Amino acid sequence: MKNKYSIFSLIKNAFSYHENWGKAWKDPAPKKEYDAVIIGGGGHGLATAYYLAKKHNMKNIAVVEKGWIGGGNTGRNTTIIRSNYLWDASAGLYDHALKIWEGLSQELNYNVMFSQRGVMNLAHNLQDVRDLKRRTHANRLNGIDAVYLNTQEVKKFCPIINTSPDIRYPVLGGTLQRRAGTARHDAVAWGYARGADEMGVDIIQNCEVKAIKRNGNNVEGIETTKGYIKTNKIGVVAAGHSSVLANMAGLKLPLESKPLQALVSEPVKPIIDTVVMSNAVHAYVSQSDKGELVIGAGTDDYVSYSQKGSHDIVEGTLNAILELYPIFSRMRMLRQWGGIVDICPDASPIISKTSVEGLYFNCGWGTGGFKATPGSGDLFAHTIANDEPHKLNAAFNINRFVSGDLVDEHGAAAVAH
Amino acid sequence: MFVINCPFCGEREHSEFKAGGEAHIVRPKQPTELSDDEWAEYLFMRKNIKGIQFERWNHAHGCRKWFNMVRDTSNDEIKAVYKMGEKPPIK
Repeated sequence: MKNKYSIFSLIKNAFSYHENWGKAWKDPAPKKEYDAVIIGGGGHGLATAYYLAKKHNMKNIAVVEKGWIGGGNTGRNTTIIRSNYLWDASAGLYDHALKIWEGLSQELNYNVMFSQRGVMNLAHNLQDVRDLKRRTHANRLNGIDAVYLNTQEVKKFCPIINTSPDIRYPVLGGTLQRRAGTARHDAVAWGYARGADEMGVDIIQNCEVKAIKRNGNNVEGIETTKGYIKTNKIGVVAAGHSSVLANMAGLKLPLESKPLQALVSEPVKPIIDTVVMSNAVHAYVSQSDKGELVIGAGTDDYVSYSQKGSHDIVEGTLNAILELYPIFSRMRMLRQWGGIVDICPDASPIISKTSVEGLYFNCGWGTGGFKATPGSGDLFAHTIANDEPHKLNAAFNINRFVSGDLVDEHGAAAVAH
Repeated sequence: MFVINCPFCGEREHSEFKAGGEAHIVRPKQPTELSDDEWAEYLFMRKNIKGIQFERWNHAHGCRKWFNMVRDTSNDEIKAVYKMGEKPPIK
Protein backbone atom coordinates (compact mmCIF):
# COMPACT_ATOMS: atom_id res chain seq x y z
CA MET A 1 0.00 0.00 0.00
CA LYS A 2 1.52 3.29 -1.13
CA ASN A 3 0.29 5.50 1.67
CA LYS A 4 0.15 3.08 4.57
CA TYR A 5 -1.27 4.65 7.70
CA SER A 6 0.90 3.99 10.75
CA ILE A 7 2.26 5.61 13.88
CA PHE A 8 5.19 6.83 11.75
CA SER A 9 3.02 8.46 9.08
CA LEU A 10 1.05 10.08 11.91
CA ILE A 11 4.22 11.53 13.47
CA LYS A 12 5.58 12.60 10.08
CA ASN A 13 2.36 14.43 9.22
CA ALA A 14 2.19 16.03 12.65
CA PHE A 15 5.27 18.10 11.67
CA SER A 16 3.27 19.68 8.84
CA TYR A 17 0.20 20.18 11.06
CA HIS A 18 -1.67 17.35 9.25
CA GLU A 19 -2.12 19.57 6.21
CA ASN A 20 -0.26 17.37 3.72
CA TRP A 21 -2.04 14.01 3.95
CA GLY A 22 -2.50 12.53 0.47
CA LYS A 23 -5.97 11.95 -0.97
CA ALA A 24 -7.38 8.59 0.13
CA TRP A 25 -8.93 7.98 -3.30
CA LYS A 26 -8.82 9.62 -6.72
CA ASP A 27 -11.66 11.40 -8.50
CA PRO A 28 -11.46 9.94 -12.01
CA ALA A 29 -13.64 10.62 -15.05
CA PRO A 30 -15.34 7.44 -16.26
CA LYS A 31 -13.58 5.36 -18.92
CA LYS A 32 -15.50 4.28 -22.03
CA GLU A 33 -15.61 0.64 -20.99
CA TYR A 34 -15.19 -1.51 -17.87
CA ASP A 35 -15.18 -5.25 -17.19
CA ALA A 36 -17.81 -4.62 -14.50
CA VAL A 37 -19.67 -1.63 -13.06
CA ILE A 38 -21.08 -1.49 -9.54
CA ILE A 39 -24.03 0.87 -9.21
CA GLY A 40 -24.13 2.35 -5.71
CA GLY A 41 -21.20 3.69 -3.70
CA GLY A 42 -22.34 2.77 -0.23
CA GLY A 43 -20.55 0.33 2.04
CA HIS A 44 -21.90 -2.76 0.26
CA GLY A 45 -21.04 -1.45 -3.23
CA LEU A 46 -17.53 -0.34 -2.27
CA ALA A 47 -16.91 -3.64 -0.45
CA THR A 48 -18.06 -5.49 -3.58
CA ALA A 49 -15.57 -3.56 -5.72
CA TYR A 50 -12.81 -4.11 -3.14
CA TYR A 51 -13.28 -7.90 -3.11
CA LEU A 52 -13.72 -8.10 -6.90
CA ALA A 53 -10.29 -6.49 -7.25
CA LYS A 54 -8.65 -8.28 -4.35
CA LYS A 55 -9.96 -11.84 -4.55
CA HIS A 56 -11.07 -12.14 -8.18
CA ASN A 57 -8.42 -9.98 -9.85
CA MET A 58 -11.02 -7.82 -11.63
CA LYS A 59 -9.33 -4.44 -11.61
CA ASN A 60 -10.79 -2.73 -14.66
CA ILE A 61 -14.00 -1.95 -12.79
CA ALA A 62 -15.86 1.12 -11.54
CA VAL A 63 -18.25 2.10 -8.78
CA VAL A 64 -20.74 4.77 -9.87
CA GLU A 65 -22.51 6.77 -7.18
CA LYS A 66 -25.17 9.41 -7.77
CA GLY A 67 -24.18 11.46 -4.71
CA TRP A 68 -21.08 11.06 -2.58
CA ILE A 69 -19.80 7.71 -1.28
CA GLY A 70 -21.34 6.56 1.97
CA GLY A 71 -23.94 9.34 1.80
CA GLY A 72 -27.00 7.10 1.69
CA ASN A 73 -27.98 4.49 4.23
CA THR A 74 -24.31 3.82 5.06
CA GLY A 75 -24.22 7.23 6.71
CA ARG A 76 -27.73 7.02 8.17
CA ASN A 77 -27.88 3.76 10.10
CA THR A 78 -27.33 3.08 13.80
CA THR A 79 -24.15 1.00 13.15
CA ILE A 80 -25.23 -2.14 15.00
CA ILE A 81 -23.36 -5.33 14.09
CA ARG A 82 -24.53 -8.79 15.21
CA SER A 83 -25.16 -12.24 13.73
CA ASN A 84 -27.77 -13.77 16.05
CA TYR A 85 -30.25 -14.69 13.30
CA LEU A 86 -32.56 -17.70 13.52
CA TRP A 87 -32.20 -19.76 10.34
CA ASP A 88 -29.07 -21.63 9.22
CA ALA A 89 -28.80 -19.67 5.96
CA SER A 90 -28.94 -16.33 7.79
CA ALA A 91 -26.56 -17.49 10.51
CA GLY A 92 -24.04 -18.43 7.82
CA LEU A 93 -24.45 -15.12 6.02
CA TYR A 94 -24.31 -12.74 8.98
CA ASP A 95 -21.61 -14.62 10.91
CA HIS A 96 -19.46 -14.64 7.76
CA ALA A 97 -19.71 -10.84 7.87
CA LEU A 98 -19.00 -10.68 11.61
CA LYS A 99 -15.85 -12.76 11.18
CA ILE A 100 -14.58 -10.33 8.51
CA TRP A 101 -15.44 -7.36 10.78
CA GLU A 102 -13.15 -8.82 13.45
CA GLY A 103 -10.06 -8.33 11.26
CA LEU A 104 -11.27 -5.52 9.00
CA SER A 105 -9.33 -2.56 10.43
CA GLN A 106 -6.06 -4.49 10.00
CA GLU A 107 -6.98 -5.71 6.53
CA LEU A 108 -7.95 -2.26 5.26
CA ASN A 109 -5.22 -0.43 7.20
CA TYR A 110 -8.07 1.87 8.20
CA ASN A 111 -9.59 2.09 11.67
CA VAL A 112 -13.27 1.19 11.28
CA MET A 113 -13.64 1.51 15.08
CA PHE A 114 -15.21 -1.92 15.39
CA SER A 115 -16.19 -2.25 19.02
CA GLN A 116 -17.42 -5.62 20.31
CA ARG A 117 -19.40 -4.15 23.17
CA GLY A 118 -22.17 -6.75 22.96
CA VAL A 119 -25.76 -6.52 21.78
CA MET A 120 -28.62 -7.35 24.13
CA ASN A 121 -32.14 -8.08 22.85
CA LEU A 122 -34.89 -7.71 25.47
CA ALA A 123 -38.00 -9.86 26.01
CA HIS A 124 -41.15 -8.16 27.28
CA ASN A 125 -43.76 -10.91 27.16
CA LEU A 126 -43.91 -14.71 27.34
CA GLN A 127 -43.83 -15.13 23.58
CA ASP A 128 -40.69 -12.95 23.41
CA VAL A 129 -39.11 -15.18 26.06
CA ARG A 130 -39.91 -18.34 24.08
CA ASP A 131 -38.76 -16.84 20.78
CA LEU A 132 -35.52 -15.49 22.19
CA LYS A 133 -34.70 -18.77 23.97
CA ARG A 134 -35.35 -20.64 20.75
CA ARG A 135 -33.13 -18.22 18.86
CA THR A 136 -30.37 -18.57 21.47
CA HIS A 137 -30.39 -22.35 21.03
CA ALA A 138 -30.47 -22.05 17.24
CA ASN A 139 -27.52 -19.63 17.35
CA ARG A 140 -25.45 -21.95 19.51
CA LEU A 141 -26.13 -24.92 17.21
CA ASN A 142 -24.73 -22.75 14.41
CA GLY A 143 -21.62 -21.86 16.39
CA ILE A 144 -22.74 -18.30 17.13
CA ASP A 145 -22.18 -17.07 20.67
CA ALA A 146 -25.45 -16.37 22.46
CA VAL A 147 -26.64 -16.49 26.03
CA TYR A 148 -30.06 -16.02 27.56
CA LEU A 149 -30.23 -13.65 30.54
CA ASN A 150 -32.94 -13.44 33.20
CA THR A 151 -34.19 -10.08 34.48
CA GLN A 152 -31.53 -9.80 37.21
CA GLU A 153 -28.78 -10.64 34.73
CA VAL A 154 -30.11 -8.02 32.31
CA LYS A 155 -30.02 -5.45 35.13
CA LYS A 156 -26.48 -6.47 36.05
CA PHE A 157 -25.28 -6.19 32.44
CA CYS A 158 -26.91 -2.81 31.87
CA PRO A 159 -27.78 -1.19 35.24
CA ILE A 160 -29.67 1.82 33.83
CA ILE A 161 -32.51 -0.33 32.46
CA ASN A 162 -35.73 -0.06 34.43
CA THR A 163 -36.49 -3.69 35.36
CA SER A 164 -39.36 -2.83 37.69
CA PRO A 165 -42.21 -5.35 37.26
CA ASP A 166 -44.84 -2.60 37.17
CA ILE A 167 -43.81 -0.80 33.97
CA ARG A 168 -46.13 -1.19 30.98
CA TYR A 169 -43.95 -3.80 29.26
CA PRO A 170 -41.71 -5.28 32.00
CA VAL A 171 -38.32 -6.75 31.12
CA LEU A 172 -38.66 -10.53 31.47
CA GLY A 173 -35.21 -11.40 30.14
CA GLY A 174 -33.00 -11.00 27.13
CA THR A 175 -30.33 -12.46 24.91
CA LEU A 176 -26.75 -11.34 24.70
CA GLN A 177 -24.28 -11.74 21.88
CA ARG A 178 -20.92 -10.60 23.25
CA ARG A 179 -19.10 -10.64 19.88
CA ALA A 180 -21.64 -8.18 18.52
CA GLY A 181 -21.23 -4.41 18.72
CA THR A 182 -20.87 -1.31 16.59
CA ALA A 183 -18.48 0.25 14.06
CA ARG A 184 -17.93 3.68 12.59
CA HIS A 185 -20.18 3.74 9.52
CA ASP A 186 -18.32 6.38 7.45
CA ALA A 187 -14.98 4.71 8.09
CA VAL A 188 -16.25 1.47 6.55
CA ALA A 189 -17.14 3.22 3.28
CA TRP A 190 -13.93 5.26 3.28
CA GLY A 191 -11.73 2.29 4.18
CA TYR A 192 -13.16 0.13 1.37
CA ALA A 193 -13.01 3.07 -1.08
CA ARG A 194 -9.34 3.67 -0.27
CA GLY A 195 -8.53 -0.03 -0.57
CA ALA A 196 -10.39 -0.42 -3.88
CA ASP A 197 -8.89 2.77 -5.33
CA GLU A 198 -5.40 1.54 -4.41
CA MET A 199 -6.00 -1.58 -6.54
CA GLY A 200 -7.12 0.49 -9.55
CA VAL A 201 -10.91 0.63 -9.12
CA ASP A 202 -12.46 3.88 -10.42
CA ILE A 203 -14.79 5.45 -7.85
CA ILE A 204 -16.98 7.88 -9.75
CA GLN A 205 -19.10 10.19 -7.60
CA ASN A 206 -21.89 12.56 -8.65
CA CYS A 207 -22.69 10.14 -11.47
CA GLU A 208 -26.33 9.09 -11.61
CA VAL A 209 -27.42 6.13 -13.71
CA LYS A 210 -30.24 7.12 -16.08
CA ALA A 211 -30.71 3.92 -18.07
CA ILE A 212 -29.50 0.33 -18.25
CA LYS A 213 -28.99 -0.75 -21.86
CA ARG A 214 -29.86 -4.30 -22.84
CA ASN A 215 -29.07 -6.21 -25.99
CA GLY A 216 -31.65 -8.96 -25.97
CA ASN A 217 -31.10 -10.82 -22.71
CA ASN A 218 -27.63 -9.35 -22.03
CA VAL A 219 -26.65 -6.03 -20.50
CA GLU A 220 -24.34 -3.91 -22.61
CA GLY A 221 -23.92 -0.64 -20.73
CA ILE A 222 -25.31 2.19 -18.65
CA GLU A 223 -26.33 5.72 -19.54
CA THR A 224 -25.18 8.12 -16.82
CA THR A 225 -25.06 11.85 -16.13
CA LYS A 226 -21.35 11.58 -17.02
CA GLY A 227 -21.95 9.81 -20.33
CA TYR A 228 -22.34 6.27 -21.64
CA ILE A 229 -20.29 3.47 -20.05
CA LYS A 230 -19.96 0.15 -21.84
CA THR A 231 -19.88 -3.00 -19.71
CA ASN A 232 -21.32 -6.50 -19.79
CA LYS A 233 -21.45 -7.03 -16.02
CA ILE A 234 -23.50 -4.76 -13.79
CA GLY A 235 -23.88 -5.20 -10.03
CA VAL A 236 -26.68 -3.11 -8.57
CA VAL A 237 -26.30 -2.24 -4.87
CA ALA A 238 -28.70 0.68 -4.62
CA ALA A 239 -30.58 -0.04 -1.35
CA GLY A 240 -33.84 1.96 -1.32
CA HIS A 241 -33.57 2.72 -5.04
CA SER A 242 -33.15 -0.91 -6.16
CA SER A 243 -36.65 -1.06 -7.68
CA VAL A 244 -35.93 2.10 -9.68
CA LEU A 245 -32.80 0.51 -11.16
CA ALA A 246 -34.62 -2.79 -11.76
CA ASN A 247 -37.30 -0.91 -13.64
CA MET A 248 -34.60 0.53 -15.95
CA ALA A 249 -33.63 -3.02 -16.89
CA GLY A 250 -37.24 -4.11 -17.31
CA LEU A 251 -37.38 -6.18 -14.12
CA LYS A 252 -39.65 -6.14 -11.09
CA LEU A 253 -38.45 -6.92 -7.56
CA PRO A 254 -40.31 -8.11 -4.44
CA LEU A 255 -39.38 -4.93 -2.58
CA GLU A 256 -41.08 -2.00 -0.88
CA SER A 257 -39.03 1.09 -0.04
CA LYS A 258 -39.96 2.71 3.24
CA PRO A 259 -38.59 5.42 5.52
CA LEU A 260 -36.66 4.29 8.60
CA GLN A 261 -35.73 6.90 11.16
CA ALA A 262 -33.01 7.37 13.73
CA LEU A 263 -31.98 10.13 16.07
CA VAL A 264 -29.10 11.19 18.28
CA SER A 265 -29.06 13.11 21.52
CA GLU A 266 -26.71 15.79 22.72
CA PRO A 267 -23.37 14.26 23.79
CA VAL A 268 -23.03 13.17 27.42
CA LYS A 269 -20.48 11.26 29.49
CA PRO A 270 -20.36 7.45 29.07
CA ILE A 271 -23.58 5.97 30.43
CA ILE A 272 -24.35 2.89 28.33
CA ASP A 273 -21.46 0.64 27.26
CA THR A 274 -23.43 -1.83 25.15
CA VAL A 275 -26.22 -1.93 22.57
CA VAL A 276 -29.72 -2.68 23.84
CA MET A 277 -32.49 -3.55 21.42
CA SER A 278 -36.11 -4.09 22.21
CA ASN A 279 -38.25 -5.47 19.44
CA ALA A 280 -41.60 -5.50 21.23
CA VAL A 281 -41.67 -1.86 22.35
CA HIS A 282 -39.50 -0.83 19.43
CA ALA A 283 -36.59 1.06 20.89
CA TYR A 284 -32.92 0.50 20.59
CA VAL A 285 -30.07 2.52 21.92
CA SER A 286 -26.29 2.69 22.09
CA GLN A 287 -23.80 5.46 22.76
CA SER A 288 -21.34 6.76 20.20
CA ASP A 289 -17.72 7.53 21.01
CA LYS A 290 -18.65 11.21 20.83
CA GLY A 291 -21.12 10.59 23.67
CA GLU A 292 -24.38 10.91 21.75
CA LEU A 293 -27.11 8.38 22.41
CA VAL A 294 -27.86 6.73 19.06
CA ILE A 295 -31.51 5.73 18.94
CA GLY A 296 -33.20 3.69 16.24
CA ALA A 297 -36.90 4.06 15.48
CA GLY A 298 -39.19 1.98 13.29
CA THR A 299 -40.26 2.09 9.66
CA ASP A 300 -43.33 3.86 8.35
CA ASP A 301 -45.86 1.57 6.70
CA TYR A 302 -46.11 3.42 3.37
CA VAL A 303 -43.76 3.50 0.36
CA SER A 304 -41.72 6.68 0.25
CA TYR A 305 -38.45 7.89 -1.23
CA SER A 306 -38.56 11.22 0.59
CA GLN A 307 -35.97 10.36 3.30
CA LYS A 308 -38.44 11.72 5.84
CA GLY A 309 -40.48 9.65 8.26
CA SER A 310 -43.51 10.58 10.30
CA HIS A 311 -43.44 12.15 13.72
CA ASP A 312 -45.56 9.59 15.53
CA ILE A 313 -42.96 6.87 14.84
CA VAL A 314 -40.30 8.92 16.65
CA GLU A 315 -42.73 9.74 19.45
CA GLY A 316 -43.53 6.05 19.99
CA THR A 317 -39.86 5.13 20.12
CA LEU A 318 -39.03 7.88 22.61
CA ASN A 319 -41.97 6.83 24.80
CA ALA A 320 -40.47 3.34 24.97
CA ILE A 321 -36.95 4.70 25.61
CA LEU A 322 -38.20 6.77 28.54
CA GLU A 323 -40.10 3.86 30.05
CA LEU A 324 -37.03 1.61 29.87
CA TYR A 325 -34.45 4.29 30.77
CA PRO A 326 -36.02 6.90 33.09
CA ILE A 327 -32.51 8.38 33.49
CA PHE A 328 -32.80 9.80 29.94
CA SER A 329 -35.94 11.82 30.70
CA ARG A 330 -34.18 15.18 30.48
CA MET A 331 -31.94 14.36 27.50
CA ARG A 332 -32.38 16.61 24.49
CA MET A 333 -32.34 15.17 21.02
CA LEU A 334 -29.91 16.85 18.66
CA ARG A 335 -30.72 15.47 15.22
CA GLN A 336 -33.28 13.20 13.60
CA TRP A 337 -33.23 11.82 10.07
CA GLY A 338 -34.63 9.17 7.77
CA GLY A 339 -33.22 6.74 5.25
CA ILE A 340 -35.04 4.69 2.62
CA VAL A 341 -34.83 0.95 3.23
CA ASP A 342 -35.79 -1.72 0.70
CA ILE A 343 -37.73 -4.41 2.49
CA CYS A 344 -38.23 -7.98 1.25
CA PRO A 345 -41.40 -9.90 2.18
CA ASP A 346 -39.30 -12.34 4.25
CA ALA A 347 -37.02 -9.69 5.81
CA SER A 348 -33.97 -11.35 4.23
CA PRO A 349 -31.74 -9.90 1.52
CA ILE A 350 -31.33 -10.78 -2.16
CA ILE A 351 -27.75 -11.39 -3.38
CA SER A 352 -28.43 -12.92 -6.72
CA LYS A 353 -28.16 -13.31 -10.46
CA THR A 354 -31.25 -12.20 -12.38
CA SER A 355 -33.06 -13.39 -15.47
CA VAL A 356 -30.94 -10.90 -17.45
CA GLU A 357 -27.40 -12.10 -18.31
CA GLY A 358 -24.71 -10.02 -16.64
CA LEU A 359 -27.11 -8.22 -14.32
CA TYR A 360 -26.78 -8.90 -10.60
CA PHE A 361 -28.70 -7.48 -7.65
CA ASN A 362 -27.68 -7.07 -4.03
CA CYS A 363 -30.69 -5.58 -2.28
CA GLY A 364 -33.53 -6.15 0.15
CA TRP A 365 -31.37 -5.64 3.24
CA GLY A 366 -34.24 -3.67 4.71
CA THR A 367 -33.59 -2.28 8.16
CA GLY A 368 -30.38 -4.18 8.92
CA GLY A 369 -27.85 -4.08 6.11
CA PHE A 370 -24.95 -2.29 7.77
CA LYS A 371 -23.92 -5.28 9.89
CA ALA A 372 -23.48 -7.40 6.77
CA THR A 373 -21.39 -4.92 4.76
CA PRO A 374 -18.11 -6.92 4.52
CA GLY A 375 -19.81 -10.30 4.02
CA SER A 376 -22.28 -8.89 1.51
CA GLY A 377 -19.47 -7.37 -0.55
CA ASP A 378 -17.42 -10.56 -0.42
CA LEU A 379 -20.30 -12.82 -1.48
CA PHE A 380 -21.65 -10.44 -4.11
CA ALA A 381 -18.16 -10.14 -5.63
CA HIS A 382 -17.99 -13.95 -5.77
CA THR A 383 -21.41 -14.08 -7.46
CA ILE A 384 -20.45 -11.47 -10.09
CA ALA A 385 -16.97 -12.88 -10.80
CA ASN A 386 -18.08 -16.52 -11.14
CA ASP A 387 -21.59 -15.90 -12.46
CA GLU A 388 -22.86 -18.20 -9.73
CA PRO A 389 -23.50 -17.72 -6.01
CA HIS A 390 -21.18 -18.71 -3.18
CA LYS A 391 -22.69 -21.45 -0.99
CA LEU A 392 -23.31 -18.85 1.74
CA ASN A 393 -25.57 -16.71 -0.43
CA ALA A 394 -27.16 -19.46 -2.54
CA ALA A 395 -30.30 -19.36 -0.38
CA PHE A 396 -30.63 -15.61 -0.92
CA ASN A 397 -31.45 -15.89 -4.61
CA ILE A 398 -34.28 -13.98 -6.24
CA ASN A 399 -35.95 -17.22 -7.31
CA ARG A 400 -36.98 -18.03 -3.73
CA PHE A 401 -40.08 -15.87 -4.22
CA VAL A 402 -41.15 -18.25 -7.00
CA SER A 403 -40.12 -21.52 -5.31
CA GLY A 404 -41.48 -20.46 -1.92
CA ASP A 405 -38.21 -21.31 -0.17
CA LEU A 406 -38.24 -18.11 1.90
CA VAL A 407 -35.85 -17.24 4.74
CA ASP A 408 -38.26 -15.72 7.24
CA GLU A 409 -36.27 -13.50 9.58
CA HIS A 410 -38.96 -11.09 10.76
CA GLY A 411 -38.20 -12.09 14.36
CA ALA A 412 -34.45 -11.56 14.20
CA ALA A 413 -34.64 -8.47 12.00
CA ALA A 414 -35.53 -6.61 15.21
CA VAL A 415 -37.23 -3.68 13.50
CA ALA A 416 -40.94 -4.29 13.22
CA HIS A 417 -42.23 -3.96 9.67
CA MET B 1 -46.37 13.77 8.57
CA PHE B 2 -49.16 14.67 6.22
CA VAL B 3 -52.92 15.23 6.29
CA ILE B 4 -55.14 12.75 4.43
CA ASN B 5 -58.57 13.65 3.10
CA CYS B 6 -60.60 10.52 3.92
CA PRO B 7 -63.42 10.27 1.34
CA PHE B 8 -65.81 9.45 4.19
CA CYS B 9 -64.59 11.61 7.13
CA GLY B 10 -62.68 14.52 5.59
CA GLU B 11 -59.23 15.74 6.54
CA ARG B 12 -57.50 13.83 9.32
CA GLU B 13 -53.92 13.38 10.46
CA HIS B 14 -51.92 10.67 8.72
CA SER B 15 -51.34 8.84 12.01
CA GLU B 16 -55.02 7.79 12.00
CA PHE B 17 -54.45 5.79 8.81
CA LYS B 18 -52.79 2.53 7.86
CA ALA B 19 -51.12 2.07 4.48
CA GLY B 20 -52.23 -1.01 2.57
CA GLY B 21 -49.69 -1.13 -0.25
CA GLU B 22 -50.02 -1.04 -4.02
CA ALA B 23 -53.58 -0.72 -5.35
CA HIS B 24 -55.29 -2.41 -8.29
CA ILE B 25 -53.60 -5.78 -7.89
CA VAL B 26 -56.41 -8.07 -9.00
CA ARG B 27 -56.82 -11.41 -7.28
CA PRO B 28 -56.45 -14.18 -9.87
CA LYS B 29 -59.81 -15.47 -11.13
CA GLN B 30 -58.58 -19.07 -11.37
CA PRO B 31 -56.01 -19.53 -8.57
CA THR B 32 -55.75 -23.28 -9.20
CA GLU B 33 -54.48 -22.67 -12.72
CA LEU B 34 -51.72 -20.24 -11.75
CA SER B 35 -48.07 -21.13 -12.37
CA ASP B 36 -45.45 -20.52 -9.67
CA ASP B 37 -44.23 -17.47 -11.59
CA GLU B 38 -47.72 -16.01 -11.69
CA TRP B 39 -48.18 -16.62 -7.95
CA ALA B 40 -44.84 -14.88 -7.25
CA GLU B 41 -45.94 -11.95 -9.39
CA TYR B 42 -49.28 -11.67 -7.57
CA LEU B 43 -47.98 -12.23 -4.02
CA PHE B 44 -44.57 -10.61 -3.92
CA MET B 45 -43.58 -8.50 -6.93
CA ARG B 46 -44.30 -4.79 -6.48
CA LYS B 47 -43.87 -1.74 -8.70
CA ASN B 48 -42.46 0.24 -5.73
CA ILE B 49 -42.52 3.38 -7.82
CA LYS B 50 -40.51 6.53 -7.14
CA GLY B 51 -43.03 9.08 -8.32
CA ILE B 52 -46.78 8.76 -8.87
CA GLN B 53 -48.02 5.61 -7.16
CA PHE B 54 -51.55 4.21 -6.76
CA GLU B 55 -52.13 2.68 -3.34
CA ARG B 56 -54.69 1.48 -0.81
CA TRP B 57 -55.19 3.10 2.58
CA ASN B 58 -57.40 2.27 5.56
CA HIS B 59 -58.79 4.83 8.01
CA ALA B 60 -57.83 2.45 10.83
CA HIS B 61 -58.48 4.83 13.74
CA GLY B 62 -61.55 6.42 12.16
CA CYS B 63 -64.31 5.02 9.96
CA ARG B 64 -62.16 1.91 9.26
CA LYS B 65 -63.07 2.03 5.59
CA TRP B 66 -60.65 1.29 2.76
CA PHE B 67 -60.03 3.73 -0.07
CA ASN B 68 -57.48 4.47 -2.80
CA MET B 69 -54.93 7.22 -3.06
CA VAL B 70 -52.65 8.67 -5.74
CA ARG B 71 -49.44 9.86 -4.11
CA ASP B 72 -46.06 11.09 -5.25
CA THR B 73 -43.68 8.86 -3.29
CA SER B 74 -40.71 11.14 -4.00
CA ASN B 75 -42.12 13.93 -1.80
CA ASP B 76 -45.22 12.36 -0.15
CA GLU B 77 -47.59 14.80 -1.88
CA ILE B 78 -51.11 13.40 -2.19
CA LYS B 79 -52.53 13.98 -5.69
CA ALA B 80 -55.99 12.46 -5.30
CA VAL B 81 -58.15 10.26 -3.10
CA TYR B 82 -60.91 8.03 -4.49
CA LYS B 83 -63.20 5.26 -3.30
CA MET B 84 -62.72 1.54 -3.79
CA GLY B 85 -64.09 0.38 -7.13
CA GLU B 86 -63.76 3.82 -8.70
CA LYS B 87 -61.46 4.55 -11.62
CA PRO B 88 -58.34 6.56 -10.70
CA PRO B 89 -58.94 10.28 -11.40
CA ILE B 90 -55.35 10.64 -12.66
CA LYS B 91 -53.58 8.40 -15.16
